[in-house]
Order: sequence, then C-alpha cells, then structure tokens
Amino acid sequence: MDQFTQTAWLIPLFPFAAFLLLTALGRSYRRAGVLIGSIGSLAALVMSLLVFFERLDPDAVDYSDGFKWIDLGVYVLRIGFEVTNLNALMLVIVTAVSFLVNVYSAGYMKKDERITVFYGYVALFTFAMLGLVLSDNMLVFYIFWELVGVCSFLLVGFWYAKPAARAAAKKAFIVTRIGDAGLLLGVIVLFWYMPGHALDFSSIHNVFSEGQTGAITMSITTSIALLLFMGVIGKSGQFPLHVWLPDAMEGPTPISALIHAATMVAAGVFLLARTFDIFEASAAAMHTVAYLGGFTAIFAATVALAQNDIKRILAYSTISQLGYMVMAMGLGSMTGGIFHLFTHAFFKALLFLAAGSIIHAVHTQNIQEMGGLGSKMRITTWTFAIGALSLSGIPPFSGFWSKDLILAFALDENPFLFVIGLVAAFCTALYMSRLFFIVFMGKSRLQQQAQVRESSKVMTIPLIVLAVLSVGAGFVETPWNGWLGGWLTGGGEEVHASAAAIVASIAVGVLGIYVGWLMFGKGSIERGAAAARMPWLANLLERQYYMNEFYNLMIVKPVRGLGKGLYAFDEYVIGGAVRLIGFTSVAGGRVLTRMNNGQAQVYGLTAVIGLLVIIAAIVGRRFW
Amino acid sequence: MLPSYLTMAAILFCIGLYGALVKRNAVIVLLSIELMLNAVNLNLVAFSKYGVVPSLTGQVFALFTITVAAAEAAVGVAVLIALFRARGTVNLDEFDEMRR
Repeated sequence: MDQFTQTAWLIPLFPFAAFLLLTALGRSYRRAGVLIGSIGSLAALVMSLLVFFERLDPDAVDYSDGFKWIDLGVYVLRIGFEVTNLNALMLVIVTAVSFLVNVYSAGYMKKDERITVFYGYVALFTFAMLGLVLSDNMLVFYIFWELVGVCSFLLVGFWYAKPAARAAAKKAFIVTRIGDAGLLLGVIVLFWYMPGHALDFSSIHNVFSEGQTGAITMSITTSIALLLFMGVIGKSGQFPLHVWLPDAMEGPTPISALIHAATMVAAGVFLLARTFDIFEASAAAMHTVAYLGGFTAIFAATVALAQNDIKRILAYSTISQLGYMVMAMGLGSMTGGIFHLFTHAFFKALLFLAAGSIIHAVHTQNIQEMGGLGSKMRITTWTFAIGALSLSGIPPFSGFWSKDLILAFALDENPFLFVIGLVAAFCTALYMSRLFFIVFMGKSRLQQQAQVRESSKVMTIPLIVLAVLSVGAGFVETPWNGWLGGWLTGGGEEVHASAAAIVASIAVGVLGIYVGWLMFGKGSIERGAAAARMPWLANLLERQYYMNEFYNLMIVKPVRGLGKGLYAFDEYVIGGAVRLIGFTSVAGGRVLTRMNNGQAQVYGLTAVIGLLVIIAAIVGRRFW
Repeated sequence: MLPSYLTMAAILFCIGLYGALVKRNAVIVLLSIELMLNAVNLNLVAFSKYGVVPSLTGQVFALFTITVAAAEAAVGVAVLIALFRARGTVNLDEFDEMRR
C-alpha cells in the first residue's frame, strides 16, 4: 500500500540529479538546461503527489527509514527520512511551487545568458528544501537548513554584477546566520539533554509531549525552544531579523516567489511545526513566539503601506503573513500556522510571479511609474487580483479561510493578539488595494507605452494554475470542515468556528479595500492627505522604521570598527613580526655575502670567531 | 711553574694570531705565524719538563717543529717573492683570488 512512501527519499534526488547534470553540461545547452531543470522538479512533484495521496488514507502510519552514518560507540548518528502527514503536505507545497517557478523562469529568464546556472541553483535550492522537509533528525535538518541558506545566497546574488545584488546576498546570508547560530546552539543543548542524545523527531516528540515532561526541566525546555526560535526568526524574517527579506528582492523575481512562498521562509515555520512539542512544553516560549509573531505581522504590514517598489511591498507582506503564521503557532494552533503557510505559498507565489510578469513588461519596479496596466495585461491583472483578494482575506479565496482560522483561534486564546491580527489584516487589505489600483487602474505613467504586452504563455500558464490553487486551496479547512487539522495533528476534526471572527475578518478586509479604493481608485480621499497630516509617520514608514539605519549605526559600524582594529593588529603586530623575521634573514644574508671577499685573513678571522663560540658554548655548559 | 710558561705561550700565540689576521704586510704575517709556532714549541717543552708525565718526547717534538717551521718559512718567503714579482706588491688586501 505504501510503496511510494517507502521510496520518498527519491524525491529530493530528482532535483539534485538535475543540478548535477546542469552543472556538468555547462552554459551552452540552454534549451536542454531548462528542460532538465523542469523535468527534475516535475518528477519530484509527481512523486510528492503520489506520497501525498497515500498519506490521505486515514490508516497511514508515519514511516521512517535510514542508515547509520556515524558510529561513535556511545552514540550512533543516523541519516534518514521520515514521512508524516505534515512532511507530505510540505513536499507538495515545495515541489508544486518549484515546478511552476521552473516553468515560469523559462520565459522570464529567457534572455539571461546564465540561464542554465540559474536552473542549476533552483534545482539545488529545491533539493535542499526537500531534504530539509524529509529529514528525520535535527542534525540532518540543520545541514539542509544551512544548504537552503547557501542557495538563497547564490540566487539573491544571481545578478552579481549589480552592487545592490551583491550587498543583498551578503546581507541575507549574514543576517540569517545570526539566527542559525541560535538554532545550532539549540540543537546542541537538545543533544546534551535528550535521553540517549537522540535527535530524531519522533524521540523529541515522545520526550516533550505530555506525560514525560520530567525528563528535561522547564527552564532547559524554554531555553531550547527560544534558541530554536532564533533560527525561525532569522529564516522566516521575523522582527528583528527581517531586514534581509526586503533586500532579497534584488534577486530574479521567480526566485523571490520561490524564497517567499515555498522554500527559504517556509523552512522557519516548518521548523516551528516540526518541533512544536518542545514549544508546547513551555508556556513562556509560546508567549514569546505568539507576541513576536503578532508584532511582526502588524509592523511589516504598516511598512508595506508606504513602499513604492512593487516587490518590496510584496516582501513586507510576506513578513507580515509569516508573522501571522508564527503567531498562530505561538497561540497553539499548529494547524492554523501550517494552513496559512499552505495557502500563502500559492497566493504569494502567484503575486510574485504576476509582479514578475509586470516587471518583465514595463521594466520598472516603481509602482508610481506604472498605471493602467489592467487593459493591456488581462491575464496578469486577473490573476494578480485573485492573489490580492486572497491575501486581503476576502471569501471565498484561500487566504480568507486560513486567516480566519488564525483569528478565530486568537479570539479564543488571546483577545489582544486578535485585535493586532485584525489591524494587520486591515493594513494588508489597504496596501494590496493601493498596489492594485495604482498599478492596474488609472492612467498610464509609463515612458514607453507601446511596448507593454501580455507576457508569453509559458509565464501566464503558471499564473493561471496558481490562481486556481489560490481559490481552491482554502477549502481543505473551513469553519465547518476541520479536515486539515484532523489530518495533520492526528486528532479529531476540531472546528474552530466563531461567527464574530468571521464577521470581523471580512469586515476589516472589505473596509481596507474600500478605503484603498477611495484613496487610490476613485480619488475621493486625497492620496497625500494622511502623509501631509503626519509627515513624520509617512517618513517613518517609508524608511521602514529606520531599522536598516539603526543596524548600520548600532551593529555594522561597531563591527566594522572592530574589524579595522583587528586588521590593524594583524597588519602591524603579526605582519610586523613576520616582516621583521624576513628582514633579519635578508640583512644577515647581506652581511655574510659581504664577508665572502676572497681574503684569507677574513676567512681566518671568521674561523677563529667560530672556534671561540664553540669554546664558549662548551665552557658555558659547564656553568649552566 | 707550568702556569707561567703556559700563560707566556698563550700570550705569544695570541699576539701571533692577531698579527696573522690583521697585518697588511705579508712578511709580517709570515713572522706572526712563526710566533704562533714558537708559542706551541714553548708549550711542548713546558709540558715535557713540568707535565704530569715528564719525558723527552716533547723536546724532541719541538726540534721537529723547528725544522718544519724553517722549511715552511723558506717556502713561504719563496712564494712571497714570486707573488711580489708577479704583482709588484705584498699588501694582502690586493690578493682576493679566492673570491673568483
């Protein structure tokens, strides 16, 4: 019955094989390269779907297998894979988005001369993420986690000729590394305190789930959870380590879709879900997670209100939505977090790919220079509208159901966070309608208007597929149907329905869009009115709360100064010592050369001095 | 008695060594070498008379040394004259053939 589940380890190998092949072939096979990359991800998608359908069987049990990697006698490290319902769902999300991105890139990256390199990186990225999803213990998970980071570095800096892209790639790598350091510490502490040093997820589940909490003390549990959460903060762009995400927009747009929907940032939320037992065992950690998530949601949503770069707006919206997911996890609703991850993957990939289609057509990312695209790019407009409505939480689009689930849960657990979530949802609807009306409606503000055409089929078909998924994906979990929650957690089909939450969430969504329409569509509210009334606030939002400036002043500059100091030490003290040794040898050599002047008396003198040294040494030893 | 002979010999040897290493004139260098040889002779004789095992061997050896030194002085002066004829100088600073 579960023959596909047993061969699930093959799934990451398809993209990996594609990566190896692409690297081996080199840059000249452009067509073949695109085909290889796409086939690799298609094969992974098909396998994932087969595994997924097997998991739908209510009797399916978790399956894990592996082999011994390192045997230290007292400790055996296994490398292996595990298939659970959560993993199977993630596999489908990752491979689906990855495949669509592959197809889309065939059009978007057509003219780039390094397209095969691009496909190779994407394949490696997919491989890393799939390996991360399937890994059965924390150490293997960590290895793939870092591999994901490396791939994002490569892809964000793909156009490395641009200084901004180089800086963004470095920033993405360094900022996430701060979180990764926390994660590594968390894994080490976990290794230290776990009975038998077991790091596999099933042991973690057994130790931390209720009934056995005596094995590890409360404070240790909390510190492990918080250290692991540091990794989540870095990877999933939570405040205060979110700064890399907007800058990562320097990469090619399909990569933004991949990073923001399925791979990089999803890894953090997935880690939360995978180690949910540890978090659940510590109330303090859960509160931290919930409040930080809520804060990130509203923080990023307000910043998105004042940005003018289309990809930057979407990036801040990703941060905000990730905040939602993290908040849901912190409130104890793993289903809510994963459900939102699931729907968000589709509509955010859709939004990014549609944005890419726009950028491809108009060659600018500044929304103030766009406008009136609605009549020229019909498919892009419609699919973007679906994505935007889904993100804004308008029924029946998928974003509504997942957001509603989180809000209903928040209303039960923590009314304060419920209000935060509502305000963030209002901001979300407002900035999405602002984006939509400025870009697609009104008069065109483009310089060269004639060239704007709809993108080619290879780019629009993924948009349509994602639009369908964005509409349909929400129905797996609705207020009257708790299928996903029951399937994921293995518990009963618990339904968190709350009429108040539904009404409130629809109301803020519609209100946000209405206000946006009044301001940017109809124009009955002056656009600059709010900004003119409170210029300091508009400035604060536009500069992203001066977070970058703050980090620059507080961290980058002191670290640079420290680096300069250490460099000076290296240059003058260590380097000086080395140069002194070299100088001494050279000078000694010169003196000796001078002495070799062919005069017997000088040679005799040297011999006598040598004899004296030997005598002094022999005599001196006696007195030593 | 022995130490004073040895001290005397050491002083002579050092003077000879100094002259051999420092003096420019080849004739004086030859003389200095003779001085060192004589310092050694003095040692040989002193040990043969006042040493731990006094015997005539040391004195005989000193006679041999004097003979060899005489031959050496003859050869040395001959070489010196040949050099002077070839180069027109006996200043040792001028001779750096070993360098080439």
